[in-house]
Amino acid sequence: MEVILQNLTKTYPGRGKKRGEAVTAVRDFTFRIPDGTLIGLLGPSGCGKSTTLNLISGLTKPTSGRIFFGEDDVTDLPPELRGIGLVFQNYALYPHLTVQQNILFPLENRKGKDRLSKTDMVKKAMEVARLVQIQELMDRKPGELSGGQQQRVAIARALVKMPRVLLLDEPLSNLDARLRLQTREEIRRIQKETGITTIFVTHDQEEAMSISDKIVVMNGGVVMQTGSPQEVYDNPENLFVARFLGNPPINVFKGQVTDHRLYIGHEAVLPLSGTRSPQVPSGEVYVGIRPEGFLPDPNGPFTCQQKSVEVMGRDITVVSANPASVNPTVRSVIDGEHMADVRKPVVRFSLRPGKVFLFDKQTEQRIPFLPVPITDGGLR
Amino acid sequence: MKQKPIYRNINHLKGWLYLLPALLFLGVFLVYPLIDVFIYSVEEGYNSASQTYFGIGTYNYSYVLHDPYFLQAVKNTFLLVIITVPLSTGIALLISVGLHSVKPLRELFQTVYFLPYVTNTLAVGLVFMILFKKTAYSDGFVNLIIRWFGGSSVDFIDGPYWAKMFVLCFYTIWVVMPFKILILTSALASVNQDYYQAAQVDGTPRLRIFLRITLPMISPMIFYLVITGFIGAFKAYSDAVALFGTNLNAAGMNTIVGYVYDMLYGDSGGYPSYAAAAAILLFAIVLTITTINLLASDKKAGL
Repeated sequence: MEVILQNLTKTYPGRGKKRGEAVTAVRDFTFRIPDGTLIGLLGPSGCGKSTTLNLISGLTKPTSGRIFFGEDDVTDLPPELRGIGLVFQNYALYPHLTVQQNILFPLENRKGKDRLSKTDMVKKAMEVARLVQIQELMDRKPGELSGGQQQRVAIARALVKMPRVLLLDEPLSNLDARLRLQTREEIRRIQKETGITTIFVTHDQEEAMSISDKIVVMNGGVVMQTGSPQEVYDNPENLFVARFLGNPPINVFKGQVTDHRLYIGHEAVLPLSGTRSPQVPSGEVYVGIRPEGFLPDPNGPFTCQQKSVEVMGRDITVVSANPASVNPTVRSVIDGEHMADVRKPVVRFSLRPGKVFLFDKQTEQRIPFLPVPITDGGLR
Repeated sequence: MKQKPIYRNINHLKGWLYLLPALLFLGVFLVYPLIDVFIYSVEEGYNSASQTYFGIGTYNYSYVLHDPYFLQAVKNTFLLVIITVPLSTGIALLISVGLHSVKPLRELFQTVYFLPYVTNTLAVGLVFMILFKKTAYSDGFVNLIIRWFGGSSVDFIDGPYWAKMFVLCFYTIWVVMPFKILILTSALASVNQDYYQAAQVDGTPRLRIFLRITLPMISPMIFYLVITGFIGAFKAYSDAVALFGTNLNAAGMNTIVGYVYDMLYGDSGGYPSYAAAAAILLFAIVLTITTINLLASDKKAGL
């Protein structure tokens, strides 16, 4: 089911001392979620992603804007009439009911002609239990299950009524690291097998990037950027998105554009000229460089004071310092074969232009420039 | 034979040392009196002035069990328990659910419902007198209402047995309600809202939410209230005194605890052996009922 959010806004009245000041949790959210996709709503705590999920579920009513499931305008429908499955962060499994009773619960709510016979209900419950691979646990109580198993039961309970849209609120945050990896693949598989449009909320960029077809990055109730994980990673529209995605995080420097050259500190690190390139106005900028954007180069234009080298196996991480850096340290991930080049107090890098982003100092919006290939001569 | 390592014995001693204060207090104030009461109850013809008795046997029990006043007290107590415990718990549950679902004025209502709890029993008794008692000047407030609807007035304090029982039950329910409401509202508030949201998303009817989610979630608290309610109602005495005065046997409204008191200190008193026998009987009854309650709740929890 295609889900369309149209200018969705949710404001809460201020309380206590802030009476009169409305708090905007979600502002003017417009997004089209194609049928059968897995969407990750990503952002830091308090960015409005959970509110957005609740708006889609119907547990919260929007202040303005409309929500469509396909052709249906569901904005004024209560949750139970929207045909959604919702998996809560803490799973909200009924502790006094067995796994099977939990999964049957939504089916038993139905009345009249929608109500299935007891055997059909059990058959259906077994079907979803098989899908999420918990068929051996049907007679257990939720308290006797591990976190990962509880998660599966919660997904099964949400899926058993064949929802049009499946919503997951921080589905992995209550699991340990190993289980998290396993479960996110599991969510991906279940979503692919059922083909149900799925929206999940997370603050973990890695989680969102790894399984989503598309991600929506939010901050302060506003959508920062949408797109496939790779698109958003490769082309962040603003400094926030650039900093939020990627691990290790992007390195940010205070820079200066003068004469179509990018300076970090007093070093001209990248040429911005070239006939095809749009003009980059001179002035102060923020420069974001992905950790993989550094190439060790004995003659490179960019120098850093090496502090330590972390060997990760295939790659090595060079932790270094640069006076113009906004982050306390500069982290660069380079190929293991360059080990000899970086094991010295001062490391020189040249930069991959595709991994370098410029942002306006005031608006923090991306300033586009067409990279000049390094082989063009550049500065040398 | 293996010799026990000596440090284990020392640890045992230490453990007992830590337990000593509690054991001492419980022993002196709980276990010893219980044993003493039991001893009294089997000493036949005990004379408290000379501290002598004729022999040991079950005569005291058979006397008490054949005493019409005691049988009346047992009947009154059982009626009180059977009527007030389920009713007060049920009504308290209804009120708590109501309080839980209304937003405006909730705190005011909570205060109002809590007032009987902090009010003195005898003061409440006085209020009930005004409500129910017939005097030379008025028939009481309730009779006023009854006549308003065309009924004939009833003497609730000195009248027929059912009327007196009604007042006693009404009074008991009214007095125990605040505590139950307090416990139940906090039990209701402690149920995670996510369960309700999950149920709402699944389109669960309200009654089903209450029966399948709310009730099981707060059932431990309900069991607690039922058990303490049973025990409390079995121990009822002051309520009856507040309503019907100290001569409860004459009013036919005595309770088991009242009977024990009368046997000890009442006008017809001075029989510690009979009192002890009655007390032991009450103990046996309460123990049995509580055990049944606990077994039932264990079975329910184990489902």
